[in-house]
Amino acid sequence: MNEERAKPKPKPKIKASREAMPLQDPRVRRTNFDEVALGYTREQALNEAQRCLGCKKQPCVAGCPVEIDIPAFISLVGEGKFLEAGAKIRETNSLPAVCGRVCPQEDQCEKQCVLGKKWEPLAIGRLERFVADYEMNAGEIGVPELPPSTGKKVAIVGSGPAGLTVAGDLARLGHEVTVFEALHKPGGVLVYGIPEFRLPKEIVRREIEYIEKLGVKVVCNFVVGKTRTIEELMTEEGYHAVFVATGAGLPYFMSIPGENLNGVYSANEFLTRSNLMKAYRFPEYDTPVKRVKRVAVVGGGNVAMDSVRTAMRLGAEEVYCIYRRSRVEMPAREEEIEHAIEEEMILRELTNPVKIIGDGDNWVKEIECIKMELGEPDASGRRRPVPIEGSEFRTPVDAVVIAIGQGPNPLVPATTPGLETTKWGNIIADEETGATSLGGVYAGGDIVTGAATVILAMGAGRKSAAAIGEYLENL
Amino acid sequence: MFKVRKKEALTPQTKLYLIEAPMIASKVLPGQFVVLRIHEEGERIPLTVADFDRKEGTLTLIVQEIGKTTKEMGTLKEGDGILDLVGPLGKATHIEEFGTVACVGGGIGIAPVYPIARAMREAGNKVISIIGARGKDLLILEKEMAEVSDEIYVTTDDGSYGKKAFVTQELERLVEEGYKFDFAIGIGPVPMMRAFAMSTMKCDIPAKVSLNPIMIDGTGMCGVCRVSVAGKTRFACVDGPEFDASEVDFDLLCARQATYIDEEKESLDRYEHHKCGGCSE
Repeated sequence: MNEERAKPKPKPKIKASREAMPLQDPRVRRTNFDEVALGYTREQALNEAQRCLGCKKQPCVAGCPVEIDIPAFISLVGEGKFLEAGAKIRETNSLPAVCGRVCPQEDQCEKQCVLGKKWEPLAIGRLERFVADYEMNAGEIGVPELPPSTGKKVAIVGSGPAGLTVAGDLARLGHEVTVFEALHKPGGVLVYGIPEFRLPKEIVRREIEYIEKLGVKVVCNFVVGKTRTIEELMTEEGYHAVFVATGAGLPYFMSIPGENLNGVYSANEFLTRSNLMKAYRFPEYDTPVKRVKRVAVVGGGNVAMDSVRTAMRLGAEEVYCIYRRSRVEMPAREEEIEHAIEEEMILRELTNPVKIIGDGDNWVKEIECIKMELGEPDASGRRRPVPIEGSEFRTPVDAVVIAIGQGPNPLVPATTPGLETTKWGNIIADEETGATSLGGVYAGGDIVTGAATVILAMGAGRKSAAAIGEYLENL
Repeated sequence: MFKVRKKEALTPQTKLYLIEAPMIASKVLPGQFVVLRIHEEGERIPLTVADFDRKEGTLTLIVQEIGKTTKEMGTLKEGDGILDLVGPLGKATHIEEFGTVACVGGGIGIAPVYPIARAMREAGNKVISIIGARGKDLLILEKEMAEVSDEIYVTTDDGSYGKKAFVTQELERLVEEGYKFDFAIGIGPVPMMRAFAMSTMKCDIPAKVSLNPIMIDGTGMCGVCRVSVAGKTRFACVDGPEFDASEVDFDLLCARQATYIDEEKESLDRYEHHKCGGCSE
């Protein structure tokens, strides 16, 4: 016995490649709204966790905007202590099932992973998802012990990733938190924007349920700026602090002829119809969306990929992605682009729409594009696309989805005197604390940074929650 | 849930709902609208507020039953709830003392004109109202409008009540008789508002219309409600719903309103079929 214990365990040889994510077959998944990535099995999770080197310097943690103690949770996974691993993640991240699915880990924790220098980095995101799903399937998720109420009231404007993060963090500090949501369901972009096949809405619902268990009150159908202004919340309703997380809720159009034709959608509208309003289940659900054969999606980001893949699932046979730069510059996650291509997206790179042509009855008939070439790098460091004169061509399409980005929704800034914004309408907030030009009013997420990712919004939320906590203590 | 406190049939196709929504009732102003969804599978529809009682915490909505959602709403009983109701949305009507104001309402459009007429009168204006409908059966709020107007003129397209004329013909007639209007608001179906825009341009009256395109969120997030005003694309939900009558592209509004005409029919047919017990579902 003693001898056996003394013998050092042979270090298992590290596998060069990560456990593959089981996926729905592309030909099948193109026709349904079920989740594409099926998630690791228990065995896969145990195997993958063994690949962790347990580095002392923990570069992965530094790569995580919400600083999850990654080596600690991975080690718990390796021991089969999945619930404990979940609790570990939840210490700093209230939305693990969401982040495990939609974070661009390849640019964050996994980018820093030492394994990645030689082999494939540890599949941290997939393990996070496994743990979160395991927790949910196991039933009740344990709620940490909460401190007694401080009696300080905080209003969170918007129930997307930034708002929910701040809500969760402040509730854990004992503050009385109310989240106001303009739509009829909480979750923000997680429910209206990201499709079911990438992030099942049931998952979002359960993550929000957990935040409610922390004592957070969620009020839907409440438009801050309209139902009540921020000033009214603070002076009449007794809120001591407000966190504005209204997101990138203003669709950009291209200002080209034909954009008001029937069949031209902003990505926000197209995705909201399908995701939030469940138009893909029309007529069982009352909100319709046009089911057409040929769709052009303009843009190369994650929202464009979501639109392309939603259009396919609504029955379109030809779905084009029209992007003015080349594939390597596409801002979408590589995984999303790959999945879309597997699902037969037709990529028209170095192409830019110049007008949309109608059929005479105000319906979309064709889209006219011009070919582009890459010139000198622009302010973003990417090579600027330049039109090639005389290269215009037309493609027959029945619908066009404009997914070239979203701006800050002006509702809150327009109704909050003294709240300073940039010339683009983003709220000006301190990078470290989220403090705005108004005392007690903080902001974070896309309304500050412009359209970015779920996890960056959450990162901003975490920092701001800490600052708000401090502010409330000193009141 | 937002409780239906009172329900009343104004015409065979038009119902009035008194809804408990104290937060909204305390803030809403004439010209603003709400978005509602009656149940979990429901669509979001915008409705301009027809009246409000801040003390009672209630909103009045007047709904013409034309599609699946409005017909289904008609089956709600007093005491039932509306699942989701949000507002007040859009910009309020600009109310000031203009002098003499024409308040012109066609069909269901009389409902949103009513609180505007009242506010205009309270602001010291002389309010001349012209209300009309296709026929007597569709005419609403005559008594209420008369109470908040200095003069009221009633028309029907078919002559079944009041004068056989369009509201815009009546407006032009009054101008010919020597009435001077300093401002006019016209709300109703698109063809009526288009004619109203023509009439007010012809008579040189500064005029606004309240547009009713398809909407989803009602907060400027989706952009489906885009309209062309003075050649510029605007979102009716946040930039409007009221715009200068002379600057609105009514053809575009009309075409965009018809985007889902097939789906709306499918939805209604399916609903009526289910309602009559035509299938076992």
